[in-house]
Amino acid sequence: MRITSYGVYVPPWRIHRETIGRALGVRAGTGARAVAAHDEDTTSLGVEAARKALVGTAVRDLELWFATTAPAYADKTNAVGAHAALSLDGDCAAYDVVGSVRSGFGALRAAADAAHAGRAALAVLSDIRTGLPGSPDEVNGGDAAAAFVFSPGDPPIATQLAAASVSREFLDRWRVPGEIASHVWEERFGETAYVPLAQQAVQRALAQACLEPSAIDHLVVAGPHVRATSAVTGKLGVGMQAVVDNLADRIGVPGAAQVGVLLAAALDRAGPDQVICVLALADGADCLLLRTTDALASRAGMPTVEEQLAGWSRALSYHMFTSWRGVLRNTPPRRPDPDRPAAPPSLRSMRWKFAFEASRCTACGTRHLPPERVCMICRAIDQMTVEPLADATGVVATFTVDRLAYSAPGVPLIAAVVDFDGGGRYACELTDVDPDEIRIGMPVEMTFRRFYTVDGVHDYFWKARPLRTSRARSAAA
Amino acid sequence: MGSRGICDRVAVVGMGCTPFGEHWDSSTESMLVDATSAAIASAGVAIDDVDAFWLGTMGSGMTGMTLSSPLALDYKPVTRVENYCATGSEAIRNACYAVASGAYDMVMAVGVEKLKDSGYSGLVVPGPANDGTSTAASAPAKFSYLVPAYAEKYGVDRAQIKEAMTRIAWKNHYNGARNPRAQFRKEVSLATIANSPIVAGDIGLFDCSGVSDGAAAAVIVRAEDALRYTDKPIYVKGLSFVAGPATGVRHADYDYTTFPEVVRSARDAYAQAGVTDPRAQLALAEVHDCFTPTEMVLMEDLGFSERGLAWKDVLAGTFDLTGELAVNPDGGLKSFGHPVGASGLRMLFECFLQLRHEAPAERTVRAIAEGGRNLALTHNLGGAPGRCVSFVGVFGSERTT
Repeated sequence: MRITSYGVYVPPWRIHRETIGRALGVRAGTGARAVAAHDEDTTSLGVEAARKALVGTAVRDLELWFATTAPAYADKTNAVGAHAALSLDGDCAAYDVVGSVRSGFGALRAAADAAHAGRAALAVLSDIRTGLPGSPDEVNGGDAAAAFVFSPGDPPIATQLAAASVSREFLDRWRVPGEIASHVWEERFGETAYVPLAQQAVQRALAQACLEPSAIDHLVVAGPHVRATSAVTGKLGVGMQAVVDNLADRIGVPGAAQVGVLLAAALDRAGPDQVICVLALADGADCLLLRTTDALASRAGMPTVEEQLAGWSRALSYHMFTSWRGVLRNTPPRRPDPDRPAAPPSLRSMRWKFAFEASRCTACGTRHLPPERVCMICRAIDQMTVEPLADATGVVATFTVDRLAYSAPGVPLIAAVVDFDGGGRYACELTDVDPDEIRIGMPVEMTFRRFYTVDGVHDYFWKARPLRTSRARSAAA
Repeated sequence: MGSRGICDRVAVVGMGCTPFGEHWDSSTESMLVDATSAAIASAGVAIDDVDAFWLGTMGSGMTGMTLSSPLALDYKPVTRVENYCATGSEAIRNACYAVASGAYDMVMAVGVEKLKDSGYSGLVVPGPANDGTSTAASAPAKFSYLVPAYAEKYGVDRAQIKEAMTRIAWKNHYNGARNPRAQFRKEVSLATIANSPIVAGDIGLFDCSGVSDGAAAAVIVRAEDALRYTDKPIYVKGLSFVAGPATGVRHADYDYTTFPEVVRSARDAYAQAGVTDPRAQLALAEVHDCFTPTEMVLMEDLGFSERGLAWKDVLAGTFDLTGELAVNPDGGLKSFGHPVGASGLRMLFECFLQLRHEAPAERTVRAIAEGGRNLALTHNLGGAPGRCVSFVGVFGSERTT
């Protein structure tokens, strides 16, 4: 395994556990969990993380491995939707690894193995964790995504020292397809089942690498079984200063994405030539030992997980949280459903709809969003080149808060006319924004979202959001 | 190049207009019977005298049979027309051209829309199969883009624009209260309008036109034949329609404080009609007040106000019944609602009444009451700022050529 780049996306919405407790009249603990926005699913979260991982990476012929427990589609490859949104090379494979938490680690291994065989690869681990009201999963779950690039042609920031896996069949958590929430066995049983498996996997990996536990500089322990991960952490002979915060207090446990998010957090804090131990507990145990390299220094300036968690964030009400996840059904608007996106036009406009690629007139230079055949300024016909704008920034020309259009509870639809830097205008929705903060001239960037679902068809397209990242700081400078 | 127009070549000799409102007990077909019957009675002709029909409807029926069947027409040509909110005016325009061409002696333009049967609020426009990338913003939201952009460009406080918007709604309700055909026939206080719940941006509920059912019809003949049917024909002076290139939503040159489509169609219609100073020459204007900021901006685009000053003219009462140029003396879309296919014909109906001195005294516009002006304007726009169609028509009671 040779990791060459990574990125994490934690959606900015939170629900505080005390909010859940108050709503349900129970004790739900402290801290908060991350919540995917109403217009997100695991595919869009994954795309966001992958876009961060691909910053500065020119390689686009990437094999894509997409892991989640909550696929947006069944019987249709979600990895291909992400592949389209990332504008990856069409000649590359894209596969889902879906269904269980363990899929996350599996996608990492599959992508790493592809790179070992000479094919550049991208692992995207993404999850949205929902539970029935009052369940531990509702309180302790989290929504996030992480992506890792394995590019044989680029210097690795971390390389594999050893890997060991143990698989064991026992009932810890399970869900029959179609159910919206998982069942869990009585939790002390899981703790006693997991701890020896974890110790076994770590011991085998350390033996392979000829290392003592004390050589581990950063220890990541992931897994949905909170008691088991906590108990294991103290039983591996690793000093507490090596233990990487599992972020459960701030984002919860983001299922199949957790191992990726925590590995990223470990890489964020690691120096060169350090040993990272990644341990994931799900239906057995997976252990990975990595050594960081001098190339890690090239990440300087990239936003860390901690910086992301310190950024713009908003707390949800319990009504918003449960509505956004579909646990609570609200009355529909007195309007007809939007049209189901039709397959042929969606294919014809795939590069626009999924990758936000516009066109530019080669005769006069005018940008067109969406791409057109006839230039609106010089009327040249069919003299257009493709103009990728997913990473473009722009400013708000005018805007409105639409309280009539249907929107998710708690967030009115906000529309804005965006003038892109370098030319071109598009009227689109704004997301992850406070209605009161919008101003004419406000800088924005684009984000891939799920707009609505009709007849089981998810409508994916792009929205703008306020530019709050380091890009905003450098643009402002 | 450009349009030559048909100034003074055709005339409206009879009109009918149903009350607009929630006609739970009246179907599209029934409203068509009411409007066309009134129109032929007004012209003193029989339905068989009409040689051809243009029917405007956005969604209340497909094909000319929407009209031929309920009227049991005798194998007559009926052209069904659609052009968004300018649908009714498009029926008028194309019917007029048919007479001007010499193809027919007498035609009828009819507009109808049945909106209330859908059970939905607002307009419901079915579209072609698509890729799901169009914005879901509502119509009031798209028109509300005008407000912050206008405020920014002219350095006007949004509160002052809101005051002008409120005044427009107040004026149109005031006028509608004096119109038995209006959907809403009550004056509404400035405070009620200003404090109505926000729908989108700065647009409140009372800044929006209503949703209603209605139908209207006009009988059109050659100008030289007009006096055979009435001693007060209304002559067509100018008709202009443009479908915009939709560059406004795609190019930063457009600033969301104007409708270039309206400017272009007004310029064309004024040239056809020989209008050089619309504010001084027109007796009244029926404009597309779908939302109050629309009417404010239209005052500039139609040449009634200087750029950046419409809000002041509005607040000064320039466009009141008693003002210099009455705008929407019948109450506008604000009081009538907007049964899409019928609205353009409803506007023409008010011009027909006012120019013939048949409007009730309580809403007769000042320029007609005092005499001296004999031109009226109708205007529709369909779509939204940056991407719309626009119609401007000029009509007059005197034939000058």
